[in-house]
Amino acid sequence: MDAREIIARRVARELKSGDLVNLGIGIPTMVANYIPSGVAVFFQSENGIIGMGPVPQEGMENEDMTNAGGMYVTALPGAMAFDSAMSFGFIRGGHLDVTVLGALQIDEKGLLANWMIPGKMIPGMGGAMDLVTGAKRVIVAMTHTGKGTPKIVEKCDFPLTSVRPVDLIVTELAVIEPTENGLLLKELAPGVSVEEVVNNTRAELIIPDTVPLMDL
Amino acid sequence: MRVINKDELAGLISSGSSIMVGGFLGCGSPDRIIDILISSGTGELTIIANDTAFPEKGVGKLIVSKLVRKVIASHIGTNPETQRQMISGEIEVELVPQGTLAERVRAKGVGLGGVLTPTGLGTVVERGKQIVAVADKRFLLELPLGADFAIVKAKKADYYGNLTYALTARNFNPLMAMAAKCVIAEVEEIVPVGSIGPEEINTPGVVVDYILVGRNSGGC
Repeated sequence: MDAREIIARRVARELKSGDLVNLGIGIPTMVANYIPSGVAVFFQSENGIIGMGPVPQEGMENEDMTNAGGMYVTALPGAMAFDSAMSFGFIRGGHLDVTVLGALQIDEKGLLANWMIPGKMIPGMGGAMDLVTGAKRVIVAMTHTGKGTPKIVEKCDFPLTSVRPVDLIVTELAVIEPTENGLLLKELAPGVSVEEVVNNTRAELIIPDTVPLMDL
Repeated sequence: MRVINKDELAGLISSGSSIMVGGFLGCGSPDRIIDILISSGTGELTIIANDTAFPEKGVGKLIVSKLVRKVIASHIGTNPETQRQMISGEIEVELVPQGTLAERVRAKGVGLGGVLTPTGLGTVVERGKQIVAVADKRFLLELPLGADFAIVKAKKADYYGNLTYALTARNFNPLMAMAAKCVIAEVEEIVPVGSIGPEEINTPGVVVDYILVGRNSGGC
């Protein structure tokens, strides 16, 4: 299982039936492929739909039906389409149960930076600031390091996405929960040692005597 | 509302105008109107849109054609040309969180003096903005955003100019259709009045000034 699949599978286990869920671009999008059987969630795409379905078969694309990454998707029976103001009304108004996003950096308070690297890359925040500020639960799905450089750091160098801390960090090495006392190491991926997580993290971790194995 | 052809459209919008453009990464963008602006060389534009799409799609084509002086958008990451022009100083970019952009446009269209949002508090978005406390909660005051023109894309119109949108091609279109001095809608077809049901109409014809038939029209 590659790193991205481990992350997506573990995040999928956080979702509960009836949840309204928004998945970001990249690894977060893959979460939809691993929803446990018996769990039925509603996917929102911030470009204007609740009830987004999978990528259509070739030849069945509708140019008026895309996701927030501009890819062709489908609308499931019972889906609703709406404008951007209503879409962000769901997000800001406390109606979105879970948002899953990627990260450039995340600090020991759980604060996220994911929209620009000054002087290098300025894609813009898109919907990320609203999602992190407004969703009931914010889950970060990311590789533990970026080209070997730890993404979990004492303090973010890059501009913050929100001053609201995220609720859970899932990487291919571990599950980490930002708490009032700091970053709590909650689970280890199969075959990963505490030492390996610590060596790839540039922030203090709270390490319990026993750390459970990640259930995939 | 009046139905116009491409020559009339080219004469409507002058260089230096501010234009709101509907669409999300090109989905639901008025492609034919954009092409007409490009062929007529209407430049020095201020563009308000969710994003700058891709170099070959939607708003992205205006950027590549160097017709844009300033962009107000939530995301430019899918169009490397926007970032290149921004870094070289050819274009000014104002980044606005997507939900805030939608609400600023909506506020203009519905006559509000601004909106109070928690989004952006404590980040660089906060700079230069007024913070308002309401019942012990802090918010940013975000101001209304209007434009000289809104160019929107709808699935179809009737001859009153009532518009209906398809699926995720709706996005910013109905909000922008309320927020500009002159509203030009590109539609795939115009159907008889009454054939779009009242509950299907998302933008009433009373706010639409001009209609240009886009695809399936055979040109005009």
